[in-house]
Amino acid sequence: MKFGVVVFPGSNCDLDAYHTVKDVMNQQVEYLWHKEKDLKGTDCVILPGGFTYGDYLRPGAIASLSPVVESIIKFAREGGLVLGICNGFQVLTEADLLPGALYLNLSLQFRCVFTHLLVENSQTPYTKLAGNKVLKIPVAHGDGNYYADPETLKRLEKENRIVFRYCTPEGEITRESNPNGSLANIAGICNEEGNVLGMMPHPERAGEEILGSSDGKIIFDSILEFWGEKR
Amino acid sequence: MKQEMWRQLGLNDKEYQMILEILGREPNYVELSMYSVMWSEHCSYKNSKRVLKMFPTENERTLLGPGENAGIVDIGEGLAVAFKIESHNHPSAIEPYQGAATGVGGIIRDIFTMGARPIALLNSLRFGSLKEDRVKWLFSGVVSGIAGYGNCIGIPTVGGEVYFDESYEGNPLVNAMCVGIMEHEKISLGRAKGEGNSVLLVGARTGRDGIHGVTFASEELGEESEEKRPAVQVGDPFMEKLLVEACLELIEMGVVVGIQDLGGAGLTCATSEMSSRGGTGMDIDVSLVPLREEGMDPFEIMISESQERMLLVVEKDKEETVKKVFDKWELTASVIGKVTGDGMVRVRDKGRLVAEVPARSLAEEAPVYCPEMRFPSYLEKVSPLSLEDIPEPREAEEVFLKMITSPNIASKEWVYRQYDHMVRTCTVILPGSDAALLRIRGTDKGIAMTTDGNGRYVYLDPYLGGMIAVAEAARNLSCSGAEPLAVTDCLNFGNPEKPEVFWQFYKTVEGMSQACREFNTPVIGGNVSFYNETAKGAIFPTPIVGMVGLLENIEQRCTAGYKKEGDIIFLVGEGEPAPGGSEYLKHIHGLLKGSPPQLDFQREKKLQSFLREAVKAGLLSSAHDLSEGGLGVALAEGCFSGNLGIKVELSMEGSLRWDILLFGEVQSQALVTLDPQFKEKITRLAKEKGVPLKEIGFVGGKNYKVEVRSQEMNRTINLPLEEIKDKWRGAIECLVEL
Repeated sequence: MKFGVVVFPGSNCDLDAYHTVKDVMNQQVEYLWHKEKDLKGTDCVILPGGFTYGDYLRPGAIASLSPVVESIIKFAREGGLVLGICNGFQVLTEADLLPGALYLNLSLQFRCVFTHLLVENSQTPYTKLAGNKVLKIPVAHGDGNYYADPETLKRLEKENRIVFRYCTPEGEITRESNPNGSLANIAGICNEEGNVLGMMPHPERAGEEILGSSDGKIIFDSILEFWGEKR
Repeated sequence: MKQEMWRQLGLNDKEYQMILEILGREPNYVELSMYSVMWSEHCSYKNSKRVLKMFPTENERTLLGPGENAGIVDIGEGLAVAFKIESHNHPSAIEPYQGAATGVGGIIRDIFTMGARPIALLNSLRFGSLKEDRVKWLFSGVVSGIAGYGNCIGIPTVGGEVYFDESYEGNPLVNAMCVGIMEHEKISLGRAKGEGNSVLLVGARTGRDGIHGVTFASEELGEESEEKRPAVQVGDPFMEKLLVEACLELIEMGVVVGIQDLGGAGLTCATSEMSSRGGTGMDIDVSLVPLREEGMDPFEIMISESQERMLLVVEKDKEETVKKVFDKWELTASVIGKVTGDGMVRVRDKGRLVAEVPARSLAEEAPVYCPEMRFPSYLEKVSPLSLEDIPEPREAEEVFLKMITSPNIASKEWVYRQYDHMVRTCTVILPGSDAALLRIRGTDKGIAMTTDGNGRYVYLDPYLGGMIAVAEAARNLSCSGAEPLAVTDCLNFGNPEKPEVFWQFYKTVEGMSQACREFNTPVIGGNVSFYNETAKGAIFPTPIVGMVGLLENIEQRCTAGYKKEGDIIFLVGEGEPAPGGSEYLKHIHGLLKGSPPQLDFQREKKLQSFLREAVKAGLLSSAHDLSEGGLGVALAEGCFSGNLGIKVELSMEGSLRWDILLFGEVQSQALVTLDPQFKEKITRLAKEKGVPLKEIGFVGGKNYKVEVRSQEMNRTINLPLEEIKDKWRGAIECLVEL
């Protein structure tokens, strides 16, 4: 399976996503430069974390207008797998591939901590192997406070599109386990078809035990499993 | 030229005479400005140069010592690490966010200038008492400034320290350290070689920010300092991220002849230092410099400290290559002049000559002073300390709780959770242990790093305190299993023109030099920050030691937290805890007195060698050195990071008091825990190394239970871990946010 990692000016976690796919998952991977529209035949596009365009205007806002995103929108509409992590999630909401917005953290401070995620939907290509699990995956962001209007939230709930919620290590959804004040402890959501996932936590930072957790690997394993079945 | 002119720019009359002699004529205002910034203490080290010569600067691993933008040491397999620490104290004192942010930006530039990829940041911070509103503002501002810059640029902030003491009120210390990694052949130097080569200014546009910033950094802080806010630069981490990528790409292509960042003293410093090191000159035209605002005078362009700029020297036919790479990253690169052969820096404005001075006279020939020294009178008052000065507390648990909630001991999570310490996925030991540890991709190696410096100790005994700063850093690295390699130092002191301050400075450097020789850790670069004074007086003399160590196999590492129930706890190393200069004495009894703990190099080296070998042999579950707060606190810290309780029994001998045994401070001791199956092996290793080993208890239960016994008395601290951990974790947040 071939992955593409997008590089915008100010992407920081492009290297981490690239490394995890290549060295931990042993899959093909290529960088996709923001000015180019060619997705180079990738099967799954990763929009990595970072501070694209320095977060100027709004996080993800300027990046969402770049040529590569134009192609990604088309790719997603055709059912292609698109995973947006952290700033990548912000790009996806700005590009209208996912609903809602990511506000400044309730603490008004950046947060870099390990969080626990309850997998609420294990039917997506990203969570097939994560059924009923609590995943230990870190967050690192200043704007991860997910918000959507009440109607959208209702729809997300009804269509089972809230994929991850912050929880305690035991899987309880509590206020204390939420690092940013997001609505309903939302940590990640998907589109209607389930092929586009946006999440604030960084699975690529939790791919190896030496980094404190390998739970992030379950997400990449799921993608491979899904791809294997599809073919 | 009128006297007020040069005096206003911080030059004294003698220095002005020197300029007259060098030029053989009166300088014009542009030239005078250039001398004023280059001959400031910040750029020229005119007061400290002679003393700094005491430092050892080489060992078998050093590839580049002091004199360039950062020092470099070999770590094997063709790889090297570059690292440096630098202060940004004065800007942070009046504009904490930008002051700290640009401190981070500046130190990162020093590292990638060398051709190294910056991989980690650390910072050492000092503030006044957290009870003061202004201190809270400074503290939160500095932390968010560091976070704002480091997070955005995508370099993890992996370690450092924060201490609070009234002595730093009004003059906080913000020392930032950056570590980079590179292949040997990619080492780039700040040298302008090759007559006729092109000089390019790349990165951000030049504005009026930071005019005379270095002069401002070279005087005491006073009431007028607030008005100098415009002398503080404004940072743009996004711009710098692009600059890192573009410059490293160019260095990778091998087209860079010389490269230097523009920091303090801006273009003046970069042009004169590069020429001076290269034995060449430069001819530049300020009208070719892209400006942020109109109507800037040539002198302003020459000394502006606008951030995120670099000066490059490349062969003439490589100009287009440079422009192409910078274009890709949407940055500007402008040819502003060329390298010449006659050693002069010539500055033109639309062709018209506006300054012409010998490069060496700016960069190398600043006057060198030997300030007067005098034994400080305060030392006579603070040195005697008898146990009678310290009333014996009644309640052990009460004292313990006060100790672990002291801001100097409490968890620094409030700080480091605001820093991205994981980006680049190489951080193997996260903040909160004795040293941070990063893996080196593509190898089995890891590099450990730490910053240390106890201003209180140095205040009480500069020579001993200087030695301890180095010893403690080396011990922290050894606890992680790493072999100390080299040091970068940031020396924060008061006004060197005051003889007592200069005595402190001299003695501290003497002590540090001695210790650096003992541990074979040369000082490969650093920074001196003088004039850290307010109307209330000088700060504690505070040398910060940044040390980097090597772990040949990253799997053989160790952290401070306890790992599993049933492990035995050993106290390793010789030494008797003493109250002098301790956190206990200050926090509980309000005293700043006595002598810091004694340091015996032989003991210390034995302990460190024992720790490294025990880690390497895989015998240890945890290792943690005894420092502020002594044994009682060190025991608790293992519980906090490992989430495990302990049962410890300590027997007391001689005249030692329980409070001193638990909270007095000591050098050359550490706590280790291990699986009972390794007991015999560790005992043998300790014997071999000549290190005493004392079994004091075991890991287990849900409480921190420590019992002190002697024939006459018995004191027990028995508290639920969950409760004390909450207090320890929340103490700083509680003080800052309420």
